Order: sequence, then C-alpha cells, then structure tokens
Amino acid sequence: MTVPPDMPASPGRRTFLAGTGLLVSFALFGSMRVRAGQENTLGATILNPKLPGDLKIEPMLDAWIKIDATGVTVCSGKVELGTGVRTALWQVAADQLALPLERFRFVTADTALTPDEGYTAGSHTMADGGTAIFHAASQVRQMLVDAAAKKLGARASELVLDNGIITAPDGRQLTYEDAATGVDLHRFAAETSPPADPSAYRYIGRSIPRVDIPAKVTGGAAYVQDMRPDGMHHARVVRPPNHGAVLLSADIARVARMPGVVRVIRDGNYLAVVAKGEWQAILAMRALQASARWQQMETFPDNAAIHAHLKTLPRLDYVTTRDRAGAVHQASPRPVALAPAPLDAPHIDHLSATKQYVLHGSIGPSCALAVWRDGMLTVWTHSQGVFPLRAGIAGLLGLPREQVRCVHVEGSGCYGHNGADDAAADAALIAHRMPGVPIRVQWMRDQEAGWEPLGPAMETALEVATSEDGELIAWRHALWSTPHNERITNPGRLLPAWLVSTPIAPAPPSPIPQPEGDADRNAVPIYRVPEVRVDMHFVTQMPFRTSAMRSLGAHINVVTIESMMDRLAERHGHDPVAYRIAQLSDPRAIAVIRRAASEFGWTTTAARLPNRGVGFAFARYKNLMGYCALALEVETDAEARSIRILRVVVAVDCGQIVNPDGLANQIEGGVVQSSSWTLFEQVQTGAVGVKSVDWQSYPILRFPQVPERIDVHLLDQPGEPFLGAAEIAQGPTAAALVSAIGQATGRAVLQLPVIPHLWPAPMPVGNDPHAPAQLSKRTLRA
Amino acid sequence: MIELIVNGTTHHVDIDPATPLLYVLRNDLALNGAKFGCGMGQCGACTVLVDDRPVFSCLYPVSSLGGRSVRTVEGLGTVEHPGPLQQAFIDAQAVQCGYCIAGMIMRAQALLEKVAHPSESEIRTHMNPNLCRCGTHMRILEAIRRVASTGQLHRATNERSTS
Amino acid sequence: MIGWKRRLVVAAGLLVACALAFVAFAWQPALPRVSSPDIELTPGLIAQGRRVVELGDCAVCHSPKGHPAFSGGLGLKTPFGTIYTTNITSDGPTGIGSWSLAAFVRAMRHGVSRDGHLLYPAFPYIHYTKVTDEDLRAAYAYLMTRPAVRAPAPANDLPLPLRFRPALAFWNLLYLRPGAVPATDHSPLARGRYLVAGLGHCSSCHTALGLIGGESGEYLGGGDVDGWHAPSLTTLRDAPRPWTVGQLTDYLRTGMAGEHGAAAGPMRPVTDNLGEVAPDDVLAMATYLMSIQKGPSHRDPSPGPGAATSQLARGQALFEVSCAVCHGEASAMGTHIGRPPLQASSALAGPTPQNAIMTVFEGIPWPDRPVPAAYMPPFAGTLTDAQVTDLVVYLRSTTGQAPWPDVDSGVRKARKELSHD
Repeated sequence: MTVPPDMPASPGRRTFLAGTGLLVSFALFGSMRVRAGQENTLGATILNPKLPGDLKIEPMLDAWIKIDATGVTVCSGKVELGTGVRTALWQVAADQLALPLERFRFVTADTALTPDEGYTAGSHTMADGGTAIFHAASQVRQMLVDAAAKKLGARASELVLDNGIITAPDGRQLTYEDAATGVDLHRFAAETSPPADPSAYRYIGRSIPRVDIPAKVTGGAAYVQDMRPDGMHHARVVRPPNHGAVLLSADIARVARMPGVVRVIRDGNYLAVVAKGEWQAILAMRALQASARWQQMETFPDNAAIHAHLKTLPRLDYVTTRDRAGAVHQASPRPVALAPAPLDAPHIDHLSATKQYVLHGSIGPSCALAVWRDGMLTVWTHSQGVFPLRAGIAGLLGLPREQVRCVHVEGSGCYGHNGADDAAADAALIAHRMPGVPIRVQWMRDQEAGWEPLGPAMETALEVATSEDGELIAWRHALWSTPHNERITNPGRLLPAWLVSTPIAPAPPSPIPQPEGDADRNAVPIYRVPEVRVDMHFVTQMPFRTSAMRSLGAHINVVTIESMMDRLAERHGHDPVAYRIAQLSDPRAIAVIRRAASEFGWTTTAARLPNRGVGFAFARYKNLMGYCALALEVETDAEARSIRILRVVVAVDCGQIVNPDGLANQIEGGVVQSSSWTLFEQVQTGAVGVKSVDWQSYPILRFPQVPERIDVHLLDQPGEPFLGAAEIAQGPTAAALVSAIGQATGRAVLQLPVIPHLWPAPMPVGNDPHAPAQLSKRTLRA
Repeated sequence: MIELIVNGTTHHVDIDPATPLLYVLRNDLALNGAKFGCGMGQCGACTVLVDDRPVFSCLYPVSSLGGRSVRTVEGLGTVEHPGPLQQAFIDAQAVQCGYCIAGMIMRAQALLEKVAHPSESEIRTHMNPNLCRCGTHMRILEAIRRVASTGQLHRATNERSTS
Repeated sequence: MIGWKRRLVVAAGLLVACALAFVAFAWQPALPRVSSPDIELTPGLIAQGRRVVELGDCAVCHSPKGHPAFSGGLGLKTPFGTIYTTNITSDGPTGIGSWSLAAFVRAMRHGVSRDGHLLYPAFPYIHYTKVTDEDLRAAYAYLMTRPAVRAPAPANDLPLPLRFRPALAFWNLLYLRPGAVPATDHSPLARGRYLVAGLGHCSSCHTALGLIGGESGEYLGGGDVDGWHAPSLTTLRDAPRPWTVGQLTDYLRTGMAGEHGAAAGPMRPVTDNLGEVAPDDVLAMATYLMSIQKGPSHRDPSPGPGAATSQLARGQALFEVSCAVCHGEASAMGTHIGRPPLQASSALAGPTPQNAIMTVFEGIPWPDRPVPAAYMPPFAGTLTDAQVTDLVVYLRSTTGQAPWPDVDSGVRKARKELSHD
C-alpha cells in the first residue's frame, strides 16, 4: 500500500483563527449558539459559522480540492468505517465537480493532507462532510468554468463540461488541469454556491456500487492489517488483568531470549514485546503474560448489581428543558439538581428501563502500524479521528504535533470509540523506541474485549402526565449513566498513558451538550408536550471505562419513550400508531410512520396468534437527523427460550439520499445489530473486572437468529439537506422488539438484554466452594 | 522447509511447522483474505478450505497439511474475473466493513460445492461458525441463495478425502 | 408308542409349548385407540408432567435439533445399528395422539407400543418402569398437550435378525423388572435415588452394556456411548480434586464444574435439560450419587510406557498452536472466566483417553441460541491421528498421572466412530 506524497498543510486556517474576533450566533432548532472558536460536538473548531457543513471548520477551498498537473484530488476529513460513506462522499464530489468518479482521486483523513473534520461519528458524515464537499466542489467547478471562459474567449454559460474536459462552442478544449493553471484555489469558500441541478446528477441518488467492495471480496489489500512495509516487525502488548493493577514482576530476560524477539519493553505497568515474526511475537507475549505477577488495586462491581451501584457514585446533574415554544435549554451542571415539583394531572404514568454494558465487539481486534523515521512519527490507524489522535500521541511522547502524522486506513467496523486509538498509541509508543523500524501492533481478542471502552450501562425513569383524552401534559425523563464521550481530548485519554511509569491522567469527563446529547441523546421527546424536563445524572466515576457506542443514549431512551407511548395509547384506548401521529406536528415524521405502518399491514383488529407479537416504534435521531419508523413481528418459544424475528419493515427519511442501496444496507445492519444488543448482549463483570473476554462469554447473534425478512423503504427528499443515517435504527429496533415480545409473552420486560431477563439461565447455586477461591487466586497471577 | 499448496501453487516456506496456517498465509505468502478475528475458532474470519473442507486457519498447524491443498478467497477469483460467489457478493453489495466476508465466502463455497441446492435452514446452520458484527447477514444469505439457486458450484462427484 | 415316535411327539409338544410360551411373552394385544386423552388434563397436572418430562430427559432423544419438539427423528447409534426415535407428540396418525393413559403406561413400564409391538430398549423403559403411577399420569397429560406434529419416524437401520421385534421378549425376560419403585420418604436422598434410577435413567449410559445390550456391568460403574466414555459415578471422590455435592449439582445444572471442566458429547444435552429442572431435584440427584461412592478401586488399567521426549515436544508444540489460546497458562479463559486448568479436567484425569480424544475431535458445540456457555471448536478436520495422539499423550503428561496405554489405537477407534456420522 503506497502512501501519497507529502503536501503542505493549509496555513491559512490558523491565520484565520488568529485574526478574527467574529462572533456570530444563530438558532439551531432551539437556542444553541455557535461561535467562531467554539468546538463542534466532534472535537473540531468552528472558524466561520456561516459556511455550510464542515466548511465552518475549514473554510479554505484548496483544503478540500486540489488541482495540479497530476490531476484532481478531493480531500475529506471523514473516513470509511464500513458504512459506505467513502463512496457516497465520492459521489457527491463527482456530481458537483461534473467529473466521472474514476477521473479524480479521493483522499480521506490524513493529518498531513486533509481538513480536520474531527471524528467520523454521530451520523455527521453526510450532513457535515458531504455538505462541505457539495459546496466546495460546486464553487471550484464554477471557478474553473470562469477561468476556462476567459482562456477560451467564450461565455461561461456556453461551455460544455464532460469527463473533465471543458469545450467551447467553437470546439476548442481545455482539461480541468489546464483550466486550473493560474487559478488560486487558496481562498475562502463563499456562503452560497451556484445552484445545483438534481436532474443532472449522474451519481447522487443512485445506488453506485461501493468502490471498496471488489477488493474486499477478492483478497485485495483493504485494511491496516494488510499493510506490510519492508522491515516491519510484529509487536504484542501484555495488559494487566484489570484496571489499576500494578506490575510486581515479569521475566523480561527469559522472554528477550525467545526466538525472533528483538525487544521487550517494560515501562511501569506497560509491557510489550517485539519480534520479527508474528507467531514469534504471540508466543513471546504468552510467555511474558504467564510470567507476569500483578497486584490488583481496585475492586470491581458485579454487572448484575450495576444500576444500584451507579447511583452511589459521584455525579453531575444536567437538566434540560424544552419550553412551550420548542426551545431546548440545557442548564450548567450541578452536583445535585433540585427535584421538580410533583406532577398533578388526571393520569400519571411511570416507566423504567435498564441496559447493561455492551461491547463494541469489532470483529477484527484493533491494529495499528507506526514508524519513527527522519524526525517524523507516522501512524496508520483505523481511528475515527486522526487529528485528535495525533495531538494525543504527540502529547504522550512529548513530541511537537508537526512531528506526528496520523493516516486513516480501514479496520473492521468500530461502531464508536473502540480500541483503535489505544492500539495506535501502542504502536507509536513502541515505534518511538525503535527508530526506523515499522512496528505493527495487533491486539488479541481478549484484549479488545477487556480494554475497549464499553457502551455504558444505563437506567431510565420516565414520568408522564396526560389529560383525560390522552393529550401529553408533562414529560419528565431521568437517567443514570457514565460518560459516552471519552474521546482523545488529552493524551490521558489514551490507555497506554495510564500504564507507563509517568502516567497522564485523563481529562475530566464532559458530556456532548444538547441538542445532540450524550447519555441524554433523544431523551427530549419529539412528541408535542408543553412541559419537558430531562434529568441526566452524569456519573463521573467509571467502574468500567465507557465511551461512545452507536447512538449513545438514544438506544435506551427511545425504548423508554416508545414503551411509554404504547402504554399511554393502551390506557386511553388508541391504536399505538394513530396515537403517535396525533402527538406529532412534523409532516416528515408522520410520513415515515404512515409508510412503515402501511407497508407492514399494521392493524390492531386482527386476532393474535399465540406466542406472536407485533411492535411499532419511531424516532428522529437527536430530533435533528434521520427519521426512522419501524414495525416488526416476533414469535416466541418459551420452551426453547428463543425468539424468532419473523419480519421487519422500516421506513426512513434521511433527506437527499446519496446512495439508496448504501442507505438500505446501513439500516438493515443497524436493525440486526440492535436486535443482537437488545435481545442477548451484556458484558459480564465481577471481582476480577471485565469477564467477557471472548465470544463464548459474550455471545452475539449468529445466522440462526437473524430475522427472516427485513424490508427497508426509503423516503427520498431530493434537494433537502443530507441527514445522518448510520445510527437511526438502533433505538426504534430495540423499542419495537421490547413491545412485540411483551405482546407475545404477556410480560413487558424493560431490562435489556431481554432474553436473559425474560428467561433467566440456571445460575450455580453457590455450592461449589472452589469456584470463587480459584478466581481470586488467579487475579494475583493473571 | 514446509511445502504448501495454496490456490494451486506450490510454495516452500522456511518456517516452524508448528505455526498456525493463518500467519503463514498472511505473512509468508502475503495473502490478505484470511483474517485474524479471534484466534480461538469462535468467529470464522480466518476460514479457508483444506481439501474442500472449511477450517479455522488460526488453529491449524501447517504441519497438519501433509500435501493437502489450501484454497483462500484469492483462489476463487480476482477483481477482473470474480468467481460466482464473489460476483454474487458484489451484486448484492453484501459487505459493510467487509472484515468477515472472506471467511464467509470460503465457508459458503464449501457448502455449495457439496450441496447443490441447500435449503434456507441448511445455509443458516452451515454458516453458524462465522460471525458478522455489522449485521450484513441478510445480504450474505441473499448472495449465497443466488448462487445456490444456480447450483453452478456443485461438484457432482465428491472425492471424499480421508482426514 | 414306539420310542422314537414318542420322542418326536414330546419334542413337537415341547416346541409347541415353547411357541405358545413365546407367543404369550412376545405377543401383546393392541390397546384400543382413543379419540382424545382419557383422563382430565388439569393445569396442575400438566405442569407436574412438564417437570417429569424434563427429569426424564425425553427431549434429548425425542426433540433433536432442527425438529419440532417431541417429534422424534434422532438417529441413535447402537452397537447393532441405528434406531430412530419416534414421534411422541399428540398427533394421531404418526404420534401418540390416539393412545390412552393405559397404553402410555404400558409403553413406559413394559416397552410395548399401543398396537402391541415391542419397543427397542434403546428407549429406556427398564428404567422408566420405576416411575410412579402419579408421575406417569402427569407425563401423559403433558405430552398430550404438546402441539401435534405430523412426522413418521424414519425406518430403523438394523440388520435383518434384529428387526424381528418379538425376539425382544427374551431380552425383556433378562433385563426388565417391571413396576414402580417410589421414593421411600421425602428426604433428598430418597428423592434422588428415585430420580436417578427411574426418570434420570443415568445407568443407560453410565453402566457397561453386555453382548446383547443389557446393563451387565457394575451399576453406574461407567459405560460407553457414541464413542465417549460415561464415567463411573461411584468413584467421584477418587478424582484428583474430589467432587462434592455442590459441584455435582452445579455441573448437572449448568454444564460447568469449577474444577473439572465442561459437559461434552452426549452429556451436554443432558445438562442443558437439567438446567430447566427444579434445582432441588438436581440437588437430590447429586446427594444420592455422592452417597453411593465406593472406596478407591485401584482397578485402573496398567499404565502405558512413558512418552519419548520427542513426542512430548511435538505435543507441546501442537498445544501452543491449537489449544493454548484458550487453555494456556496465560489465557483469559482461565484468569477471567474461571475455567479450570486442563490438568484438572475429568477427560484428562480418567482411566482411559477416550473422552480426551473425543473432545479434541468433536469439540463442544455452540448452544442453539446466544447464551454464555462453554464452546470448543472441533479438531477432527484439523489434526491428523498422529497429531491427536501426540497432543493427548502430552496433555496427560501434564496431569502427573500415569500415562495411558494405547492412545494411538484409541485415536484410530475414535476416528472410525466419527466416520460413521
């Protein structure tokens, strides 16, 4: 795999930030003020809030599009995580540049080459990255046309663009590259772009086959795991048995003598081994691990009692309210918020839901490659955010940022903040001690499971007041959770920083603010309610490290909200779908609901077969992004303790669709993944720490449990802004499953994962006197 | 020196015979298809065919091969000339992150060579050893069904190799 | 009468008498069909019946994976050929839907089908005969309320002589002692004895079978099934880490013993089933079993020769490649999940290498739905016979116990067993 030649980073951006004191604010679905110099929710700094998409962050056109004698290159700070977004962004660039896909290069997140768009996360890629490219490409195309008009002595409107060639009425031609000579793209983007003509789109709105798939099905190099630079050595890390454990001793000398081993690193509690061959590295890792003696320093809670435990820990209360005008306001955090006055209404309903810790469970454990050569540390990583990672690694190693370069190369799907950044820091740390040697670090399965940041365990409590005929009067949603956003805001957020002899503490946790939200994402209901209050009890002490997992708090919050809507519908004698529609004002929300219901054949009058149930759910992700309505049918078998998902019907509205099949693929994947989380998944924890270390101790859905049928219906909105799609199915799938299973079994189980709570597995009755003793002996040896 | 026959080509590799096949394929032969997913035989990302049977290459010592032939996804076709299953996966866009897919294709290939028109239940049961975390299962099944309906991979006479 | 004619008459008379006696034993009348169950099916009776059926492990044979519950179709590999389990759902034509309670009880107590034909003792009626009338009545109620499934049993694959069912009458003469043997009192010991001897039919596997398939070895002294060895249940205290009632109870219910390893092979479905059973009943079974322990028998086969260093080295290298990721000293499976070290496992501590070999070949399959459970990949398609031999010899050498003799012939035998799958 070749690395593109170095090109200078854009100097204009820093100059802009230093020079301006511009303060602009505007309303974003409420009262969020966005100011120059402020960070967006993905860790990137806003320079010009008036520009569309991520042009706010990087206003210079030539940061996005470069044209020289070698051709046209489009740069994006967003990356391919397996969502197909690389292809979709490429499609946008192609249509707006009026260039065929194969006629230009597309480069993604590289700290030396591309804009800093923060993280590829939060379903922001098309909304922010796609929008930026949409406008930048359009403006650059206009500049080229204007320049060509001058060079060809013709009017711009008379020129024909085709396949990168501009043709004048008299037949004379210029390539884009020729037209670009003398054109300085190093200028600020304009706030508006030339109008787009959707009828001329060759790519946007079409199911263009993904550009990365052919290599992936034929064994082409596609992942960071496939990189094999000359002289590459293999490294493996040895992790402590649990967080905070102290290394007492390890047989470094013996391991250093093992075949192929070139270095054994010990730095405080940090252990790693480097060998020429991969298998040699693994054998050395095992020997080092077996010889290590640790002292456990922390006690860890059992996951069965985690929710009670969370309520005993230090926290900050964030209260969010929505007023009658619809403005959302999140107050500054307080150690303990004042409780609201009790509700007084004809009907008051309560509902509570819980979820356990969930693993990202990336199918390929994290991997990174790094080399320290000629004063430059280059790291190839599948991190979601190469720019924050670069800053973190630079801080960890005491290097200036300019001497660190992070390049994104695909890994397996991450679904949020997994071990990618930590593995990159491992590679950097080791490479820094072995100048000139490319170092490949590959985490093992149990290391990924044991050390990746978990999706937080959460508890919700919802209280809703309704009038006699079911109108929503007041809505109070409380929730408990540890942080969902432990991203690399300082070097101390990188795992190796905790282990080395001069550790760096992580920056204090801080939630993503509303309206995007954190653990309280989607807690503000989209339904029409005059009085809304959300109490997020943000637990700041983490028994287990947690961070962002696809949809953040929306998964359980939507389960809570939609389960309440079902209950209210039943109480007031309404059909669940009709009841939801009656509480909504947004026509696009109503449209997806109606579409899903009609395609499913939703009816409450049909007789129910025994052991069968149907469920319906709806959410608009963050109340800002894609709309998703979903209906499904299940069949339960109490004898076999299993559930079959018979059919799922989904209707989504994500604004202008760039790649319909790509969107459908994401929705199907979200439905299947959320089904697995909701029905089966929980991280087992106990005295020794995280006990789910492999797929037998953390089982996930396999082929026999896959739904029999999923139909996705796309409501395209040509010309409308791109809305996010990747996370929108997680909440509605979970809510509809909970509802359908409740109907089929007659038992409403709101503790996730559903199946172990619905049909508990036989637990050892504790008569085995040897089991607990063995465990505690082992934690010392690990 | 270990001799391996991979995708029809004989290789001689100077490695310890007690090395898992996965690392020989990836490092000594620079083949990308088989992947490290768990190293424990639990996820199937490393699945390759040895004498037409799917195996976990992460747990398979090269010394076991003894002249048997190994097939990886690279042996089924190329980007220019994909094999039937590879083409079906491309047509169905049966990939999200794609990390599990080479293993899926090899396991499915083994089934379709042995059984001309497997039922849905047979397909699901056969694919059980392989995990997909992205949730691409619907399309993976669709791609397998498409090739299953043609029966074109089925080998009429199965030479039963003795283990 | 002339002498030889008299002898002829006597012989003919004896022959007729034998034939009549034979007919008396072997021929059983058909009991009339019923259009619906001929007892009252109350919810309480059905619930009790469910517990009885769980304790009887009926599902293990009659509800194979991929078949609707109780519809049969599982092929049982016996030394004599393959017998397929029958449909015991409430379907009339292909199940037991037209059976009266009397017909059901006769089948369970005497091994006779409703229409009079004798059932093969692969169906353990010699044990179910001990079940009380009340439990049989409850089991009948439960089975008759299961969904009817139209599924005729596949034809059995037995050599011609064995298809002559009336011959089973002689077998029954030798091995069937019909009649209920209820618990003597309500103590866990008595309850446990009742369950183990009757519904549990543990000795069907855990007692050695004789030439014609009758349990002729020492009761619960160990037996063989499907290539696996069902260990002796009377020498559990002889294990390197002695079993206790608590361990045995947890093992039977969860399939995992903290010091002995995971249920594998044919025992796995049994522990899956017993996980559904009332914990007190399993505790009773364990209490009883631990009460019938014999002293150390010292009847282990004489140890085999020590292995050559080269074989141990080969075995150890194979262990690193194929096993150590889960079973090695540094493995997270040991340190974090709490799996016992291999050296403590029953498979490696036992008198023969059979179970170690079978576990390596077959692994332990995934449960049929995503629940935390022991899993091990199969190595039959990965390791050669020579490699399995080296590996098993090496593993045994790590236990500190005397080496097994004839590991290689055990491996060959097991491989033959597998190829019949």
